[in-house]
Amino acid sequence: MNGSHSVLPGFRLSLGLGVLYLSLIVLLPATTLVLQASQIRWSELVFYFTDPRLLAAIRVTFLAAICASLSNAVLGLLLAWIISRYEFPGRRFVDTLIDLPFALPTAVAGLTLSALFAKNGWIGQWLAPLGFEVSYGFVGIVLAMTFTSLPFVVRTLQPVIEDLAPEYEEAAECLGATRWQIFYRIILPPLMPALSIGSALALVRSLGEFGAVIFIAGNKPFETEVVSLMIFTYIGEYAYEAASAVAFFLLLTSLLILLIVQLLQRRYRARGAA
Amino acid sequence: MRISHSHLRRPSKSAWLLIGTGLLCVLLLLVLPLILIVVSAFSSGWKLFVRNLLDADMLAAIRLTLWVALLTVPVNLVFGTLTAWCVTRFEFFGKKLLLALVDTPYAISPVVAGLCYLLLYGNQGWLGSWLDAHGIQVMFAWPGIVLVTIFVTSPYVARELIPLMQVQGSQEEEAAVLLGAGGWTLFRRITLPNIQWALIYGTVLTTARAVGEFGSVAVVSGSIRGQTNTLALQVQLLQQDYNAVGAFTASLLLACIALLTLFLKVLLEYRQRKALKV
Repeated sequence: MNGSHSVLPGFRLSLGLGVLYLSLIVLLPATTLVLQASQIRWSELVFYFTDPRLLAAIRVTFLAAICASLSNAVLGLLLAWIISRYEFPGRRFVDTLIDLPFALPTAVAGLTLSALFAKNGWIGQWLAPLGFEVSYGFVGIVLAMTFTSLPFVVRTLQPVIEDLAPEYEEAAECLGATRWQIFYRIILPPLMPALSIGSALALVRSLGEFGAVIFIAGNKPFETEVVSLMIFTYIGEYAYEAASAVAFFLLLTSLLILLIVQLLQRRYRARGAA
Repeated sequence: MRISHSHLRRPSKSAWLLIGTGLLCVLLLLVLPLILIVVSAFSSGWKLFVRNLLDADMLAAIRLTLWVALLTVPVNLVFGTLTAWCVTRFEFFGKKLLLALVDTPYAISPVVAGLCYLLLYGNQGWLGSWLDAHGIQVMFAWPGIVLVTIFVTSPYVARELIPLMQVQGSQEEEAAVLLGAGGWTLFRRITLPNIQWALIYGTVLTTARAVGEFGSVAVVSGSIRGQTNTLALQVQLLQQDYNAVGAFTASLLLACIALLTLFLKVLLEYRQRKALKV
């Protein structure tokens, strides 16, 4: 059915204005970046991407983002599970508070977490004697990324867990399955699609995270610099070409991850239908 | 297949262990930071808090932040609704592409978003050189901040509305048209009452993000004190000045907006559920 055949009004108006708006706001700026990046010569590109400082930043960013997504997968699974399965005092409060990282500005999150986990901070002072320094180090980056992307896993898992019938677990228990077997064999498989999608979204968000990370990272070259900070530094130095090259790389990586998620989703759905 | 009812159960003994661990994480990661913000903002007493709040740069930052939100929200409200109407009520060629375009800002790092706009509207940019020749400054001024804020918040209203409007379907609207309702009447009398709570929530989300946006704004604002400094940038400036109390004062304002957002979310979702049932 073509839009103009519907009885509802406003097809041309809404399509025209919607396309115009998205073109101006999203497509045009994004295209500018792609075009700018495509004008860079290969020799320049090789020069940018062999800079050890940038390579170190890429390594730190990817490692931290992967660590953050994995800890989010575990923590998110735990939180989503208890919220959608058990009745306990404060359940609604926790359920609401899960969205805090999306509502709280990233700069505020970064500032607060760095103060909380600093050597003299409320939590940091207990970790420091154990030789565990969070703020101004790699762990701090992971923490900030975990915080800002926490809701993704919880919110994608919740509806799936609510749809999960406890009868299967009870049956498995009656048949003598151990707790680990129940988790691994009964509970985890149907949760895998949502879990991987949520973690992938968290990964994309973490790779590009800027505000929260720069407050807590310490931002030492070669050690605790992230890619988005490198882009920011290039912009500050008016090195727009280098900034565009790295930004384009970051954009491509994010889109690639999202594409993989889409393909995974389709495969899961196909298997579910079969 | 959906087998049952509510799965909420009274926790067993071992389940309390899980709940305890979860609650501890929530306490450490989500509750303590909020308490820390309040305590730190007031750590040098009420007087300093008020003085920080009434500081000329802080007031300028608050004004600019509100101004940006005031311009951003209506634009995304109108165009987000139009886009949602278009993709949920009609079938057309390229719909998937349009939806992908709606989601694109989610995939773009804030700094990269800022860079895109800088390349387009900056001095050396395509549009920038033309604007410059006509004496219009977009980058390192408030129009640039508004533009990037519109970009990063553009998915919220549409993304809130699209799933809801898909579920609701268009029978009611089609009936209204057959009974002779015009476009505006149809929207005001049928569509709007159905989507109002989600629409308000989308607006709340847009506002919250617009007020707190940091990365992209940091790229395009130039952070001129008292002029192009938003509240989120003010947090960073004060922290760099070693004025921790001031930074937490600005943070407290932003955290209050965040908490208000969460509160409104609960309220609006409740309203929407009730509206769907009726």
